[in-house]
Amino acid sequence: MPRHLHALSRRRLLKGLLGTAAAAALPPLDTLAETPRTLTREVPGNDESLPLVGLGSWITFNVGDDPALLESCTGVMAAFFAAGGRLIDSSPMYGSSQATIGHGLSQLGAVDRVYAADKIWTSSPDDGPAQVEASRSHWGVPRFDLLQVHNLVAWEANLDTLLAMKEAGEVRRVGITTSHGRRHENVERIMREAPLDFVQLTYNIVDREAEQRLLPLAREKGLGVIANRPFQQKRLIRRLEDKPLPEWAGKIDAGTWAQFILKFIISHPDVTCAIPATTQVEHVRENLAAAREPLPDADLRRHMADYVQSL
Amino acid sequence: MSEWWTYRLGDFLMFSPRVYERLFVLYNQALWPAQLLALALGGAILFLLLRPGNTGMRLVMVLLGLAWVFVAWTFLWQRYAPVNLMIPYVAPLFVLQTLLLLGLGTLKSKLNLPAHWSVPRSLGSTLFVYALAVHPWVTAFPTSRGLWGAEVIGLTPDPLAIATLGIAAMANPASKAWLLMVVPALWCLISGLTLLALQAPLAWLPPLAVGMALVARLWPRR
Repeated sequence: MPRHLHALSRRRLLKGLLGTAAAAALPPLDTLAETPRTLTREVPGNDESLPLVGLGSWITFNVGDDPALLESCTGVMAAFFAAGGRLIDSSPMYGSSQATIGHGLSQLGAVDRVYAADKIWTSSPDDGPAQVEASRSHWGVPRFDLLQVHNLVAWEANLDTLLAMKEAGEVRRVGITTSHGRRHENVERIMREAPLDFVQLTYNIVDREAEQRLLPLAREKGLGVIANRPFQQKRLIRRLEDKPLPEWAGKIDAGTWAQFILKFIISHPDVTCAIPATTQVEHVRENLAAAREPLPDADLRRHMADYVQSL
Repeated sequence: MSEWWTYRLGDFLMFSPRVYERLFVLYNQALWPAQLLALALGGAILFLLLRPGNTGMRLVMVLLGLAWVFVAWTFLWQRYAPVNLMIPYVAPLFVLQTLLLLGLGTLKSKLNLPAHWSVPRSLGSTLFVYALAVHPWVTAFPTSRGLWGAEVIGLTPDPLAIATLGIAAMANPASKAWLLMVVPALWCLISGLTLLALQAPLAWLPPLAVGMALVARLWPRR
């Protein structure tokens, strides 16, 4: 019994130490801003740009108050920032993920470098402001860079809350989210009618419905686009992992299926960033490395999608 | 709400297998050596079940009732709720189960066990013995948790629910026993779905316990 546990603890401890070491190695923000190889894209309508790969927190950062797993997540965040990442996305619906992010930001002293994206998720809009404040407290940031209405829950009233907060300077940008390709008609209507800054939706090499209307509309309206579920919560990777990468993947320096898929997503000109979630430092490095030249052009993107479709 | 049918079971899972495993490991480490006391009390209940009597049955109901409220607070509320947003809605049901056990099992109690061995009593006893003596091992060793990850009766919800189902499945009168089965059966189904979403190999165990309890409960009594 103890033997097994001690083996587990040693492994976790090592991970924690690695995370701490990574945090110590974290370059200062001004250095990160000059990191030449991590590509960024301008947020339409806003005078700022974001690295093409961000960090999601669904499931992966919901670790409660487990000290070993909190340190493991801090290690992931350290590697993310060290590779030039900025946008981290979470939600009150993600259990303890917000608190985990806050722990990591505090440990890494990274409050100033994160682009903090969170959500409002309540069917009782009167509770919205208190929920946002609780979220902000978990993160430990002075204010959010982006707040989104999660999955269009009570979207009219919740968006009113967010717009009022933006007007008051309590949040910088506002948006809406959907996932799994659901409610695209509603999303389209809101994108046309509401003064949004961002829309978050599911887009990857096999879930491409957004290409038809939502991505062109985002360009027309000048909205940033965050692509969630880039790997369909790992299912896409599992489906492809025993298949060989095509030789021509080398043309875009895609060394793994994860990089192949990410490069497809972020090379769409209307996508601002993709937000893969992970529990592993090596995966976050691999993901950020996908946000480097070369990216596929339109012809190669078609070829990539056809190839995956054929597998 | 037809959209709900487009979700997969895994879409509702909000934590990873490693978090679920560590939940039990850290819990057991924090409570040690309470596991020994819980197992001893479980053994005492088994002793009372093998020698059915009114006083003994009242004591069984009190111990079970205390266990349900203990698990609600120390495991569900303090440990599980931070990573599972559904738990705050489930924990009150555990308190309700405590009230049912104390109320139906002790106040003017007519709840009793059959004096002679029968199919219902055999199935019910099997469920209890499984929860007490087998469940800790099957949750510890076929998984990567190790013994610290064992789910022990009286401290964690699955074996407690299975044990309660076993007792309620063989108890009389049926009207009271059915009431005592609702919350444990509901928990076993929730737990089974959670384990299924986690792709745990033993996800079928809690629903199987419900099935066995139903067979025992519905078995014709002479």
